[in-house]
Amino acid sequence: MTETTPLSTVSLTRGISASRQWRVLPMIEIAVLVIGLLLPLVLQDYLTVYATRVLILCLFALSFDLVWGYAGIMSFGQAVFFGSAGYGVALLARDLGITSILLVLPAGLLIGFAFALLLGGFLLLGRHPASVIFVALGTLTGSYACDRLARGWYYLGGQNGIPSIPPMTIGSYELTEGPVYYYMAIGFLIVVYLLCRFLMRSQFGLALAGLRENEQRIAFFGYKVQHLKAIIFSLSGAIAGLAGSLYAFHEGFVWPNMLGVVISTQVVLYVLFGGSGTLIGAVIGTVVIEAVSFWLSNSYQDIWPIILGVLLLLVILFRPAGLISLLLSERERVGSFGRPGKR
Amino acid sequence: MALLEAKGLIKIFGKLTALNGADLTIAANEFHGLIGPNGSGKSTLMKCIAGAETPTQGTVTFGGRDITQASPAERARAGMSLKFQITSVLPALTLYDNILLALQAQTSLLNLALSRTRGVLHDKVMAMLEQFRLVDRAHEPASALSHGQQQWLEIAMALAPEPKLLLLDEPTGGMSLEERRVTGELLQPIKARCSLVIVEHDLDFIRDICDRLTVLDQGQILQTGTVQHVQSCPKVQEVYLRRA
Repeated sequence: MTETTPLSTVSLTRGISASRQWRVLPMIEIAVLVIGLLLPLVLQDYLTVYATRVLILCLFALSFDLVWGYAGIMSFGQAVFFGSAGYGVALLARDLGITSILLVLPAGLLIGFAFALLLGGFLLLGRHPASVIFVALGTLTGSYACDRLARGWYYLGGQNGIPSIPPMTIGSYELTEGPVYYYMAIGFLIVVYLLCRFLMRSQFGLALAGLRENEQRIAFFGYKVQHLKAIIFSLSGAIAGLAGSLYAFHEGFVWPNMLGVVISTQVVLYVLFGGSGTLIGAVIGTVVIEAVSFWLSNSYQDIWPIILGVLLLLVILFRPAGLISLLLSERERVGSFGRPGKR
Repeated sequence: MALLEAKGLIKIFGKLTALNGADLTIAANEFHGLIGPNGSGKSTLMKCIAGAETPTQGTVTFGGRDITQASPAERARAGMSLKFQITSVLPALTLYDNILLALQAQTSLLNLALSRTRGVLHDKVMAMLEQFRLVDRAHEPASALSHGQQQWLEIAMALAPEPKLLLLDEPTGGMSLEERRVTGELLQPIKARCSLVIVEHDLDFIRDICDRLTVLDQGQILQTGTVQHVQSCPKVQEVYLRRA
C-alpha cells in the first residue's frame, strides 16, 4: 500500500525549502542599502552631488520597473511624468513662492499621477487590449509632444527652461545640494522601494504578473485588467513625479529635455541593463550606467558614448534579464507572492 | 430553467460565416459535448459563449441573464470558466501561483494589496493541486510540466473558482491515451457541482463522460440529444461519424 504524505506536511516542507532559496535578493538589497548610506562619508562634495542625482534617477527607474518589469506595460514616455512634475513644482516656486517640502513634493506626486492617469486612460483603457507596440509608440509620442510644447511655450521658458528655482525648504531651513539632500533622497528612495516591494510581493503583485504573462487569460478569470493597468500606470506616474520634483529642486532648474525622448529612453536602459522585475535591478542598472558614464566621460572624452553603447548592447544581448541575473536565479527573480509565512 | 441558453447565434468573419443560427441549451449539472468536423464552428460557438467573440446576431443567456454583450471578466464573475484550446498556463509562475491567480480573481484590489485572502485560499490551492495530481510539484514553474500536465493545470485553474459552467476546448489535445483516461477520471467528480461544455475530437472520450451531444456542421446544429440518440442519427453518421 502506498503511503500518502499529508497535504499540510507537503506544503510546509515545500514552503521551508522554498524560503531557504530566497536569500540572495535580500542580501543584495542590504548590501546596496549599506553602500548607499555610507557613500557620502567617503565621497568628495562634488561627487555627493552627483550621487544624489543618481539616487533620484534610481527613483525614476523604479517607476519604470513597476510598469514594465511587473505589469508588462512598455511606457516609453516615462519622462512625461518626471518632467511635468519638475515643471509643475518649478512654477509653484517661481510664480507663487511655494517651496515647502510639505507642499511641493505632494504636488509633484499628484502632477505625475494625474498625467499618467490621463495618458494611461487614453492608451490603455480601450475595450480591446492595447498592444505593447501601441503603448510604446503612444507614450513615446506623448513624451516628444511634451518636449516640443515646452520648447515652444514662452511661459515655461522655451528652450532655456526655468532657471534659478529657489531651494526647497523645511520651515526656514533650505535644502540645498550636498549630504543633507543626499540623505533626504535616499530616504525617499528607501520608502518608495519598500512600498513597491511590499506591493509587488503581495497578491496584487501576482495579479500584475498575470497581466504581464497573459492579459487575456486573466481577463477570463474575472480580473478587471483595465483597472489593474490604470492603477499601476498612475502609481508609476506618481513615483516619476516625485523623482521629477526632487530632481528639479536639486538641479535648481528645469528644461525641456526633462520631458523628452532622451531621458525616456535612458530610464528604459537603466532598467533593462540592471534587470527588470526585481526593483533592485533598476537601482543597480541606474547606478552602474551613471557611474560608468561618469568614469568614461572623464577618461575617454571623445569616444565614451560609443564604449557605453557597446557595453549596453553586450549586456542586453548576452544577459537579456540584466545584470541582476548574474546573481539571482530565474525563480528568485520571479519571486513569490503574498506572505511567505502562510505558504 | 436552463443554465445556459444560446439562441440563433450567427458569427461572420469577413466573408466567412462561422456560425449560422446555432442554438444550444445546457441544464444544471449537465455534461454536454460539442462535436463536428474541422471548421464546423465548435470553437467559435465556445468563444461566443465565453465572450472571446461577440456574435454578429443572436443572444446568450446565462442563469436567466442576457450576457451577449458582457465582457469575459463579467461572464467569469457570473460563474463561467473557460479552458482555452491552446494551453495558456502562465509558464514563469509556479503551479501554486497559477492556481492562486485563478482563485483570487474576485478579491478586491485592497485585499489583494494587503494579501488578506492568501491564508484563506491556501488550502483551496493545495486541494486543487492534490485533486489534479500535481501537489508534489506545487512550487515548480508551470513551464517545467509536460504538455498533458499543463492541460491538467489549466483545467484545475478553470475549476478553482468553482464555476457554475465550465467550458473546455479540446482538453485532451496532444495527450497520450493514458493521460486522456486520467483526464476523464478527473472530470467525472465535478459533475456534482457544475455543468460542462466540452469540445473534443476524441469521440470515445466524449461518449464516456457526456450526457448529451450537439453535432455541428458548417456553422449549423445538425443534431442535439442524448449520446445514444445522436449516435443513431443517420444524418450525423453520414456527415461526421463515418468520417471519424
